This record gives sequence, structure tokens and C-alpha cells, in this order.
Amino acid sequence: MEKTEATLRASVSPPLIFEQSMPGRRALAQAPSVAEPWEDLPAHLRRDAPPALPEVSEMQVVRHYTRLSQRNFSIDTQFYPLGSCTMKYNPRACNTLAMLPGFLNRHPLAPAARSQGFLACLHELQEILQAVTGMQAVSLTPMAGAQGELAGMAMIRAYHRARGDLARTEVLVPNAAHGTNPATAVMCGFQVREIPTDASGDVDFAALEAALGPRTAAIMLTNPSTLGVFERRIGEIAECVHAAGGLLYYDGANLNAILGQVRPGDMGFDVVHVNLHKTFATPHGGGGPGAGAVGVGERLRPFLPIPYVLKEGERYRWAERADCPQSIGRLSAFMGNAGVLLRAYVYARLLGAEGMARVGVYATLSANYLLARLREVGFEPAYPERRASHEFTLTLKGLTARTGVTALDVAKRLLDYDFHAPTVYFPQLVPECLLIEPTETESKQDLDRFVAAMAAILAEAQEAPERLREAPHHLPVRRLDEVRAAREPDLRWQAPAVSQP
Amino acid sequence: MPFIPHTPEDVQAMLDAIGVTDVTELFDEIPPALRWSRVEGVPPGASEMAIGRLMRERAAKDGNDLCFLGAGAYEHHIPAAVWEITTRGEFYSAYTPYQAEASQGTLQLIYEYQSMMTALMDMDVSNASLYDGASALAEAALMALRLHRGDVRRIWMPAAVHPHYRETVRTIVEGQGIALIEVPYDPVTGQTQAMALDDLPDAAALVIPQPNFFGRLEEVDALTDAARARGALVIAVVNPLAMAVLKPPGAWGAAGGADIACGDGQPLGIPLAGGGPYYGFLCCRSEHVRQMPGRIVGRTVDRDGKTGYTLTLQPREQHIRRAKATSNICTNQGLMVTASTIHMALLGAEGLARAALSSHARATALAGQLAALPGVSLRFAGPFFHEFVLTLPRPVAPVLASLADVGILGGYDLSAAYPELGHALLVCATETRTAADLARYTATLSSILGDDA
Amino acid sequence: MSQIPVDLKYVSTHEWLRAEPDGSFTIGITDHAQDALGDLVFVELPEVGRDVAAGEACAVVESVKAASDIYAPIAGRISTVNTTLIDAPEQVNTDCYGAGWLFRLTPAGAADTGELLDAEAYRALLDQGG
Repeated sequence: MEKTEATLRASVSPPLIFEQSMPGRRALAQAPSVAEPWEDLPAHLRRDAPPALPEVSEMQVVRHYTRLSQRNFSIDTQFYPLGSCTMKYNPRACNTLAMLPGFLNRHPLAPAARSQGFLACLHELQEILQAVTGMQAVSLTPMAGAQGELAGMAMIRAYHRARGDLARTEVLVPNAAHGTNPATAVMCGFQVREIPTDASGDVDFAALEAALGPRTAAIMLTNPSTLGVFERRIGEIAECVHAAGGLLYYDGANLNAILGQVRPGDMGFDVVHVNLHKTFATPHGGGGPGAGAVGVGERLRPFLPIPYVLKEGERYRWAERADCPQSIGRLSAFMGNAGVLLRAYVYARLLGAEGMARVGVYATLSANYLLARLREVGFEPAYPERRASHEFTLTLKGLTARTGVTALDVAKRLLDYDFHAPTVYFPQLVPECLLIEPTETESKQDLDRFVAAMAAILAEAQEAPERLREAPHHLPVRRLDEVRAAREPDLRWQAPAVSQP
Repeated sequence: MPFIPHTPEDVQAMLDAIGVTDVTELFDEIPPALRWSRVEGVPPGASEMAIGRLMRERAAKDGNDLCFLGAGAYEHHIPAAVWEITTRGEFYSAYTPYQAEASQGTLQLIYEYQSMMTALMDMDVSNASLYDGASALAEAALMALRLHRGDVRRIWMPAAVHPHYRETVRTIVEGQGIALIEVPYDPVTGQTQAMALDDLPDAAALVIPQPNFFGRLEEVDALTDAARARGALVIAVVNPLAMAVLKPPGAWGAAGGADIACGDGQPLGIPLAGGGPYYGFLCCRSEHVRQMPGRIVGRTVDRDGKTGYTLTLQPREQHIRRAKATSNICTNQGLMVTASTIHMALLGAEGLARAALSSHARATALAGQLAALPGVSLRFAGPFFHEFVLTLPRPVAPVLASLADVGILGGYDLSAAYPELGHALLVCATETRTAADLARYTATLSSILGDDA
Repeated sequence: MSQIPVDLKYVSTHEWLRAEPDGSFTIGITDHAQDALGDLVFVELPEVGRDVAAGEACAVVESVKAASDIYAPIAGRISTVNTTLIDAPEQVNTDCYGAGWLFRLTPAGAADTGELLDAEAYRALLDQGG
């Protein structure tokens, strides 16, 4: 594990771009050659001093940001078994083809007649997503999973209001749910009622039945759940919620587990969102952009967010207000994250029907294999009687009790072994959890290497627990002082005070 | 199998390790009635070569027009280095930087972004970005309501703010019972009138666009002071490129500037790309930071005292606060911020100012040429940035269609959003338009309008 | 073993409360609570003069990875808040029963302290894993 030369190089922190600045230096090729006057600009609307941006050459910029990129883990360089995030390979063709000049140069308000290529791709993507989710209509406009949730819950609100049923103010959310679910429900003006989870990881059915009533607007569910298991009584849940007059919201965070195998529409869901940056392999980009397309059944169709694409004969056009007067409206200035949608479209076409059916199968195979191997080397599943879906949860509470080594310590040590850490801050229900999702694009050999690293770390935890508590040892920085970061926030570079002569 | 590396031998070994004979057994917890027998409604898979051909054909149909459309998305020169570096796999395929030690590249870059954006806006704090300008304005409105001391559930929203922004804000804040009170614009100058506030009920905040949707510069000092006098906060929604030459939100008014500055970062290195992905920026004064939505990066030290960067102030966010979070927002537009940071580093203050001034000069030249055509006039008097409103002698839509037929996107038809303006057309020119481009537009419009005569 | 002074009253949500000679009550969080939260980085205090109901969330304490609501143990009006915590939230960690107090409130009438736990009962609650 010793990498002295690499460690030496990594230990030299790149200075901020601001600290490389020299007054008067510029990347001259990049801007208009003269500063043209603005004669009628009133003095009181003029900026009085230029912003403190760096003054650097083009090569300095290229070198600096290239070097920063090398201080990242990424799918292109490491295995990312990050539960609930579906870090699968992002095919390069998706990027190259979405960045063709015709797509990049198209103005978002260009008339439909000058946008037929783009509209055709979007319309076909709508149809593909409609098919694989078992829904009746799709809008691609939400810009992330959380915005898809917002759209979905706003549609549910609009639906109940359109029927004059104003009493439905409660949204049921399992306590295992992702934090965006309750936050979204509140943003849409609902009260959140948490439903407990039973010992096997399913929703506590009795508690659910007791919570349902004339105030129930909807239930928000992820299936397979965030615990990595399939909600087995989903059929009965759907019946009960519908019988009580509520609707079912499907959080598509874990759709990769069942893509091509089970459709949310067949489970009884009324609305779904699909994280295209997970299931449809668009890049995470260091934290976005994503895309959170929404699909709906017949009841919610009138409320879909605009814009979406309609096909008339061989021509495509945008749906306008006149087409959908009850729409919840816009969620962005233009067409959501259009470029992400093109990447997802290319991915869907490369996979096709047969490729899509394989996604759920191989994601599930890889997860169950990894779970079996990790049990073999001594790790404890949180739900030992259950199959893994595309992911599974381990609990390290036994290890923590014996050695003091926590899930976070194991996660940090994995970084030293050149694997990204699994999800550790979630699910909150499982003490000292590791939520692990290998995805279908990692080979058996890579999974085996991960198992070997985990086994080595488990041995270290018994023999040299302090080594784990101090990990990582071989990264550009060691564990950071987050308390200091929060108590004394340093959120921007500031020019050093100029000393007066 | 595209993107699935498993060989038949691998699959067999994996099944053996699990202790099942067939992959279908792995789905045995799913009620059989729910299983989808066969994927339908999806075309068969195709090779990269075939899809590449299809996409090139489709792209060739779009995006080849000479563009004078702005209305919130602007064509500017983007240095080649910007996207060359941004699409490096280490940025492109990285996850959100929750594991700080393995994400120092992205984290330092976001810290630099926050530093650049606060410098440009003259504000104290920037978040790591939001989805786009319109949704950032919605988040700013929600933030202002949390900050406002009174129990006022209203926002003053000028009619001169982009109509799509106003609609987006409405969609996002409606569920919380928040009303948008329209502030009218002066029909002569196209500016939001500070005096108009006198006739409106109190609000938690006033939104001030700079420039406004008509391209006109607003009297930001007077508007800021008028809002303050009524106890309202000030939300600036600005074109970030224009801030290289215009007074930034932090300096507006007599005391302390705007409370929140937001907008769309697209003019800073992001291609038009059919509307996205762009990114929304959001800055605020330091005393408001606890109510700011979205991720924030801070500089700190590691166990050896070495400088490092980490996400901070996270308890505001949904993954910790759940139903009590400042927003449900989970993501930022990290890759777009990567591009924008590189773009701002390359251009610097001087380069951005030149791009802004050059855009203004092209738009001024074009406005002069077009307004000289018979029956065409400038709708509003007073300074504008790089967009202006023309009144045409006849309905705009057919004129735009005729221009499009010869490959010119002539602008944005205002008649649906602002029927009171008559045959009004919003036209934009940036530094990317040459004198020949302007001449071509002028001659073509002249000939289209001349057909009438 | 967490410190539980015998002269204070407690509630199951891990706030403590002390009767002051002037009839008001001082409120803070217990040693157990500060230990569970870890290093505090921020404290949000209620406005002076605000009327709160028993059980109403009226302050927030934040650590790096968690934020926790503080509930008013009894009804009353907020009379004073500990503004030194704004710059030094760590006082809650170092001295939760002293310099780390959060706020004082004055009950509207006779304070209803019947439901509150004494030190022994709070200790029993912690022992049960509460």
C-alpha cells in the first residue's frame, strides 16, 4: 500500500487559481480585442471597480484545472459501490453525440420547425420511458430527482384540488425514505406522516392501514426500498391506498434494480420519476446536472409539467398551455436539462429492448453475488433473510462494538485501497450501515478485488483498528476538520488587504 | 451485451457463489403477477455506429441558424479549453463530493467558483449552484420568506421579469400559499417603477431584474431603497456577464445592497444546447447563510493542518433535516459550474467586461439599423444591455417565420406574454455577431417588411 | 456515564430545566444530548418575547452531521436567550448545565411541572436506552 512517490506528489496542494494571478496577465485569445465604449451608461449604474477575478494565462488555467481533476475519484478511474446512486459506466458515445454542433447551437426558443431533430429524440425518449415504467404519459422537464418529486407531488395536489377534495393534506412517507421525500412533500404544502418499517425491511402494514384515511393525499414509496429490499406487499399497499382515496408516488431512485423486469405502473403507482443520471447512465458531473423525468397514469395526465413534446403526423411540436390548461406549469426557464436528455436517449437506443431487460438482471446478479461473497468473508447483512435487489445493506454494529471501528472508518479506509466508499450516511434506520450498489457494469473480477479489500480491512479492524480510525492515509488530504469548517465558515477567497505605503 | 462485462463463465461462477441455479431465482421475492414478461415499446438495440449516424442526421437539422434570439439564453464565445477540460472523465463521471478526501478537485473548484461568483456579484456568500436561473429565483423567493420577520406570504414580482421565470416561481412556490404580486412597468421606459410599490400590499421581498426582460437597465438603487423603506428584502435576478460592467447587486441602494442575488450562469461558458443544462447561481449576505438552499463548500484543514475543502453547513439540507430542510434540493449543476469556473478564469474581469461591452455595441448597432427601417421603431427609450424591443408595422409571428425560412432566428415574439405592447419583438445581439451578420438581418427584415408595401 | 445534576428537572427529549428565584425557568440540553450530538457548530435561539407552548420546537442545535430541535418543556414567554452561544456554540459541549444554557422563559401562570422528570427518573430513562 505504500506509494511514497505518489504520496509526495499528491501532498503538494495546488494553490488557488487566485493565488497564481499576476496583475496584467491575461488569456488574450479568449475575448474581444478591444473594450468598446458604452456611451449612454449612466454613472450610477456602472460598476466602479472590476471584480477580483484571477489574471492568468491560458496554459495556467489548463494546467490548474487538469491537475484539480486528478484529485478526484470518478467512475472513469475507480469502482464506486455507492448505494442508491447507481454509479454505472457513462458511455462516451452519449456525451459525444449530445455535443454535436447542431444540438449545442440550437437556441431553446428556436421554432419547432427548426428543431425537429432535437424534438424527435425527446419524443422517442418520452415513449421509451413511458414503456419501461408502465405509465401513460411522460414529461422530461424536471431537472433532477428532487424536482421530479416536486412535479409529482404538485400534480397530486392539483388532482385532489381539481376534484374539490381539499381535505387531503397528508402524505405518508416510510421512515426508510430518502430525505428528499419528506422535504418535497412539505414544499408542496403537505404534512408528512412517517410510517415505520418492520424488522424484515418492509413497510409496517398495520401502521400504514391505521394512517390511511380521508386526509391521505398520497404515499411516497421507493421500491426496491432504500434498504435494498423489494417491498413484497406492494400490491396490497396500492389497493389500500387507492381504496382510501390516495395516490401512489414512485421514487425512481432504485429503478435500476427492476428495469425491464417490473414496471411501477403494474405495481399500481400513479406517478413516477426516473433519475436519468442513475438508471440511464448520464454522468453525475461531480454533483449534477441530473434529470428527473416524470411519468403518470391517466388520472394525472392533465397536470403534467410543461414543456413536453407532441407528435402530429411526422412533425413534432411543444405542448402549449392550450394543450394542457390544467398543467402544473413550468419548472425551468426552458426545457429542463436538455443535454442530459439527449445523453439518456442515446443510451436507451444503444441498449434497446434487449439491453434494457438485462440491466435489472445483471444489476441484481452483481449485488447478490457481492452480498454472498462479503458474508463469506465475515460481514453481516442488515436483512439476512432477504434477497439483495440491485443493492444491499451491511451493518457493522457488531464490529463497532468489538473494535470501535465505525462504518465511516471502513469507508475512509476503502479510499486507500482505491475504491470509492459505499454510502454510509444512509439508510439512517440501520446502525453503522454500508449501503452497497455494484451496478451491472462492473466485472466479476472487479467485484472480487473489492471483496479482497473489504476482507483485508476487516482483518485490520481487529489487528490495528487505529489504522482505520486515521484513514485515509494515501489521499491528497487526510480527514478534514469539519467542525472548524462549520464554526468558522471560510466560503470564498478574499484578496489580501493591500498594505498602504 | 452493451456495457455488461460478464462472460457466461462469470455468470455461472456468480450464481454458484449465491447458491442459485438461475438468475430468475433472484427475483423470487417479487410477486410473479408483477413480472413483465417481455420489454415492449422500446426499439431494438443498435450499434454506436448506427446511433451515431442517426444523431448526426438529426443534429444537422437543428442549430444552424443565425441567431438573434436571446430571452434568457445567449450565444457567447466559449474558449475551446473550457469544455475540453470539463469533459475529462475525472470531472464528468465523478459523484457529488460527499467523500471529501476523494473529491478535492471538485471541492477546490467549487470553492474557486464561489469566490468568483461572490466577486462578480459583490456579495458575501455563494452556494455551489442550483438547477437554472428560473428555479434559482424560486428558491430565492422561498429563502426571502424564511428570512422576513413579518408573517407576509407575498413577493413583489415585476412584470418586466422573464415570463418563464415568473411561471416557474409560481409552480414551485404555489404549494406553500405564497402569492406573487405583479409590479407594473412604465409603458414609456419599460422600467419597473419604484413608485408603483406604493399602491401594492406589503411583501417579504422585491425581485429586481438587471437588465430586465426587455433588455432595459433598471434603476436598481431607487428600487432597492423603495423596497427597504417598506421593510422588504431585495432579490436581484441578474445577467452575470452584464455584472462585469454594471453595478453589482452588493452595491445597490443606499445601505448594504441586495439581500440575495441570483440568475442563470449560462452566459458564462455554457452553450445554448437547447435550453440546458445551465445552472442557477445564488449569492447572499453572510447573515443570511443559514437560510440559503443548496450545497456550500468551505475551506478547512486536515488532521495534519494541511489545507483542504469540504461540503459544509450541511444540516440545512434535506438529507439531514428531511421535512425541515431549507429546500428539497439535493443536487447542484456541478459540471456546468466546472465549465463556468474555467471560463471565468480564462476571461478574467477584463475579458468578461470586453464580451459584455462588445455585446452591447453589437446590439446598439443593430438597433440603430433596424429602427431605421420604415415602420420599425424602438419601443422603449433609455439604455439597454444587449437586447432591445422593436415595434414592427405588422404581426410578429409571420415575420419571424419568414426570417426562419432563410435561416435567421429574428428574436422573441412578445405578443403572447405582453399583448399590450402590440407588434413587439425582442432582439438580441452578442459579441459573436459580426457586422455582416447585422447587415444580413437588416436587409432580410427590410425585404420581408417591404413585401407589404 | 452521563452527568445528571439532582437539582434539575428533565424531559424525555433531553432538555433540562431549572427554577430561578424570580419565577422564570432556565432551559438547556443534557450531557447525554450534547454527547450524542457531538461538537456543536451552531445554535439557533428563539426571539425574546415569543410565547411558546409546552412541547413546541423553539430552538435548534446543530452539529456537523445533525440538527436537533429543542422543545419548550413548559409553556411560557421567552425572557432571555444565551447570546454568547452565537459565537461560542461549543459552550454547550463543555458546560451544558452552566455556560451552555440556551434560554429562559417565564410561565404564564403557575408552571405545570408535574409531568417533568427528576434526576432519578431521567437516569432510568437513559438506562432504558431512551
